[in-house]
Amino acid sequence: MKPARFVYHAPTTLEATVQLLAELNVEAKLLAGGQSLIPMLNMRLVRPGHLIDLQHVSELAGIHERDGGIAIGAMTRQRQVERSPLVAERIPLLAEAVRHVGHLPIRTRGTIGGSIAHADPAAELPGVLLALDGTVHLVSVKGERTVAARDFFVDILTTAAEPDELVREVWFPRLPERSGSAWLEVARRHGDYALVGIGAVVTLADDGQAVAEARLCFISVAARPVRATQVEAALRGAPVTPATWRQAGALVQEELDPPADLHASAHYRRYVAGVLAERALELAARRAQEGAGR
Amino acid sequence: MSTNGVERKRIRLTVNGAPVEREVEARLLLSDFLRHELGLTGTHVGCEHGVCGACTVLVDGEPARSCLMFAIQADGHIVETVEGLAASDDALHPLQRAFWEKHGLQCGYCTPGMLMVLKAFLAENPNPTEGEVREAISGNLCRCTGYQNIVEAALEAARLLRQHS
Ligand SMILES: Cc1cc2nc3c(=O)[nH]c(=O)nc-3n(C[C@H](O)[C@H](O)[C@H](O)COP(=O)(O)OP(=O)(O)OC[C@H]3O[C@@H](n4cnc5c(N)ncnc54)[C@H](O)[C@@H]3O)c2cc1C
Ligand code: FES
Ligand code: FES
Repeated sequence: MKPARFVYHAPTTLEATVQLLAELNVEAKLLAGGQSLIPMLNMRLVRPGHLIDLQHVSELAGIHERDGGIAIGAMTRQRQVERSPLVAERIPLLAEAVRHVGHLPIRTRGTIGGSIAHADPAAELPGVLLALDGTVHLVSVKGERTVAARDFFVDILTTAAEPDELVREVWFPRLPERSGSAWLEVARRHGDYALVGIGAVVTLADDGQAVAEARLCFISVAARPVRATQVEAALRGAPVTPATWRQAGALVQEELDPPADLHASAHYRRYVAGVLAERALELAARRAQEGAGR
Repeated sequence: MSTNGVERKRIRLTVNGAPVEREVEARLLLSDFLRHELGLTGTHVGCEHGVCGACTVLVDGEPARSCLMFAIQADGHIVETVEGLAASDDALHPLQRAFWEKHGLQCGYCTPGMLMVLKAFLAENPNPTEGEVREAISGNLCRCTGYQNIVEAALEAARLLRQHS
């Protein structure tokens, strides 16, 4: 199990990186944390002629405030996201979810950009980005463009990014006032890919007694992360009561159509999705009331 | 640089406190570099796709899979392996002593990875709960012990390390 030969490039600027990517195009693969790519290279599932290592492109790392939200550079390690006080305060859903990405020694290398670009349907970070209506910022020699999360994730391991485009950063908007969020998932073992995972956001009405807006985003139930839009619509204006969350959980089981695979049957996934939805909504609403989950 | 048409690059890094300089092929994994080029066979290789944790080393103090890094990526960095834990042959590191005393190993295949991940974990969390220890080693597979004694050894090591400091 050794990778086939490749030519290694280690550019130090973003400009040089996109130039290389334009020249080599489909011949090249970008190497971020390597936590998904190197296993595939070792097993020779992919055999690119060139690897472009992003680790020296310092412009791609870092967490900062931008346009009222938080922007995170593609090469920011998942472990840095996990430790960031800014993320904990401003994007608690991300802080809660990132701890479920693999294990400690995976997150020290794995990056946020690599996880978003890889687009594994069981991956947490794409689910968080979609739950929060975030955006992906792409760059190529032709220029920059911004793609909304709902348009970015297309299919299993497939995104809207072209072969000559690089994920530069991801951006998470600020949640409205009176919002709370919660990430829950079921996996065989902490750190394993989720059998089902959910990111929920609840925004309360002015009086705190009704739901102004609810968002439910699931991972591992389809070829890409998905929002339960029908359930979200049904929750608008609903009272903040245990019965509301229970009904939402039942509706989730109707709306989702998860696949069966080696790890879980479709029936099991659907059932777990309903249970997790009920719990996540309740937790998110409680955090919204406590003003702790923003 | 090229030998038989194969591109090789010169890398300089620190391994267990000593400077190392070698010419490597780009596709050489850090795990194979440590084992085959440097003879540091304490770093074990189980799966070569990041799942078993046997190859875990510290890179700049942080635990990482050496099978999911190319040696060339470690250029300019500080790598620590299990060989660097004990100060001398007869002075085991507190982690090693705890594994010895609590029977935290049987065949020993998983042990180097366990020790290295726990070294970084205990440096950050010197007084962990049992649950936190279990989460910290969740990425390291052991086919022998059932983990019970590994967790006990980790908690014992935490006690020993707290006494030391
Ligand atoms: C044992 C194990 C368990 C894991 N468990 C989980 C889990 O539970 N949940 C989870 O979400 N992930 C899990 N992962 C995967 C891990 O999160 C990876 O870090 C992540 O999927 C990819 O990030 P990376 O930085 O390592 O990217 P890489 O592996 O370097 O790259 C992945 C892909 O993205 C492309 N790419 C990388 N960066 C960019 C960029 N900036 N622009 C465009 N394309 C880019 C690469 O070319 C490649 O095709 C696990 C991995 C292992 C080994
Ligand atoms: S050999 Fe590296 S994780 Fe198994
Ligand atoms: S002691 Fe044998 S694998 Fe852990």
